[in-house]
Amino acid sequence: MAVLIDRNTRLIVQGLTGREGTFHAKQAAAYGTTVVGGVTPGKGGTTHEGWPVFDTVHDAVAKTGANASVIFVPPPFAADAVMEAADAGVGVVVCITEGIPTIDMMKAMTFLKTRPATRLIGPNCPGVITAGQAKAGIIPGHICREGHIGIVSKSGTLTYEAIHQLSRLGMGQTTCIGIGGDPLIGTTHIDALQLFAADPETEAVIMIGEIGGSAEEEAAAWIKANFTKPVVAFIAGQTAPPGRRMGHAGAIIAGGKGTAGEKMAALTAAGVKVVQSPADMGHAVQELIG
Amino acid sequence: MKIHEYQAKAILARHGVPVPRGEVAFNATEAGEIARRLGGHIVVVKAQIHAGGRGKGGGVKLARSSDEAESLARAMIGMTLVTHQTGPEGRVVSRVLVEEGLAMDRELYLSVVLDRSSGKPVLMASAAGGMDIEEVAAHTPEKIVRAYIEPGVGVVAFQARAIGFAIGLTGPQVNKLVKLVAALYDAFVAADASMIEINPLVVTAAGDLLALDAKMNFDDNALYRHQDIRDLRDLGEEDPLEIEASKFSLNYIHLDGNIGCMVNGAGLAMATMDIIKLAGGEPANFLDVGGGANAEQIKNAFRILMSDKNVKAVLINIFGGILRCDVLAQGVIGAVRELGVPVPIVIRMEGTNVDEGKRLLRESGMNFSTADSMDEAATKVVQLAG
Repeated sequence: MAVLIDRNTRLIVQGLTGREGTFHAKQAAAYGTTVVGGVTPGKGGTTHEGWPVFDTVHDAVAKTGANASVIFVPPPFAADAVMEAADAGVGVVVCITEGIPTIDMMKAMTFLKTRPATRLIGPNCPGVITAGQAKAGIIPGHICREGHIGIVSKSGTLTYEAIHQLSRLGMGQTTCIGIGGDPLIGTTHIDALQLFAADPETEAVIMIGEIGGSAEEEAAAWIKANFTKPVVAFIAGQTAPPGRRMGHAGAIIAGGKGTAGEKMAALTAAGVKVVQSPADMGHAVQELIG
Repeated sequence: MKIHEYQAKAILARHGVPVPRGEVAFNATEAGEIARRLGGHIVVVKAQIHAGGRGKGGGVKLARSSDEAESLARAMIGMTLVTHQTGPEGRVVSRVLVEEGLAMDRELYLSVVLDRSSGKPVLMASAAGGMDIEEVAAHTPEKIVRAYIEPGVGVVAFQARAIGFAIGLTGPQVNKLVKLVAALYDAFVAADASMIEINPLVVTAAGDLLALDAKMNFDDNALYRHQDIRDLRDLGEEDPLEIEASKFSLNYIHLDGNIGCMVNGAGLAMATMDIIKLAGGEPANFLDVGGGANAEQIKNAFRILMSDKNVKAVLINIFGGILRCDVLAQGVIGAVRELGVPVPIVIRMEGTNVDEGKRLLRESGMNFSTADSMDEAATKVVQLAG
């Protein structure tokens, strides 16, 4: 078992015919993912790299039985793509696109509440990979190995770093979930932890947070009350200056809130093993699960 | 993106938020003329910089005549204003807002901002206006009232009324606030703002409500659909290196240390800063070259890094996913050859095609230090920076 995606996933790519969509569809297929087609409005009825292209997500789902979607659509159209996928009843929607206007995402989040069968991952995230089974997104497959550690992270390349540290120490992963660094995201740390809690294969979790917002503090409270598996956490931005947005739209210390220190203290108090150095994530897991 | 007070007031006024009469002046003569046009009574001369706390720093002054307004503006334009938000280096004032003086009865606080936990915009108001709201929130949080706005509905009048009564307004003033709040939210949505703060919102002696100050920040992701707002960008308020970096889609933030960093991904870039600090060093910058950086971008990144004269060593930390390590190595070698980088460079790379990348670096004949892990890289670069 694993969470979100696996061997039974039937993936469509929204924005398949674009450069990014094409590249990552091929990468996903090469990793073993069942990619069943793509959606590019206006190009329905054609094929692209051997995959059927549809005008709408509804068509794609009806014809291919897709149950997951990954979105590589430019920012002005990405919120629309998320809502279209949800309206078509796609269960897991992974939005890779970076730079979606906040107001557009606010509308999409409101819309998603009316489509509870859909879970959104992202936006502005590297997506999801279940080691040895399937991937929806851009996480490089070759650094993963199958195993029992789950990863949930706001940051893309820092996720790769965590995977790499684990794999190098001989510890494989179940599912790695990049939840994204935007202020509004579909799946939070808590949502991901809930999935890992219910997954018997996942024995421990690495949770990677960033400055900004209060999601890590909320996750800490939730872990304390509900989560029994070992957790290692790292919070990026311990040295970030206040008032400056550090790359991700959500990564900003504002009004003295959202500092790494507060988040680390909350997680430590919840019994999480918090590492100060990003180089220590793998070792810390090793120590916890022996 | 941030804009000046006078620009924010113009946007708010267009949407129907009452603001004092006033105009911006770029020199003392203009300031005097504006004061005369305003009727020659009491005017306020306000330095326009992208930072708060101007009053305490001497950037807000009262003039009793147009001549006085002119001489105040003369002293203010060109001065370096230091406030608690500018840092010790301060900001040079290049323009002032000259505004009518008002007889005030009360100072309130009103803002609208995105609340991340609920995913909704939130209206915040307080009877403790004119003060730093962060201080109010820290010491007397009960003095701040909030109303969450449903994105599909907008502000409903009862929400504005509830806020009005909670901050001590009475009958006719509450009705004025309902109109003002509707206009404020209208501006927030229309302009894709990330924050609008009116502090203080004043009640005049005549019982009118006006935005005496205004601060407006915008969602950078939405600027593509607002040419009018992009036109308000004041490059004089931004770090020249950051402006240069933004031309090449590089995410660069200038810091005070001496170790230049080049990283792919925002989280890894922050983590790299953190590990440098843990190793006893100080990062000179945050720099995210993004997921798909090419040789040209890496060259530009180097050029920008090296134009900071404090940089004594450089740490490159790349986790190649889409960005292949061999491409990165070629980019770095090319940039160093072309630009003649005079400081030591430590490279830590991992991921796609890493062996080929390392081979290219080794055989380049250049003096790179390499590292296999983040902590080894950080320790090396801190030593080299001395």
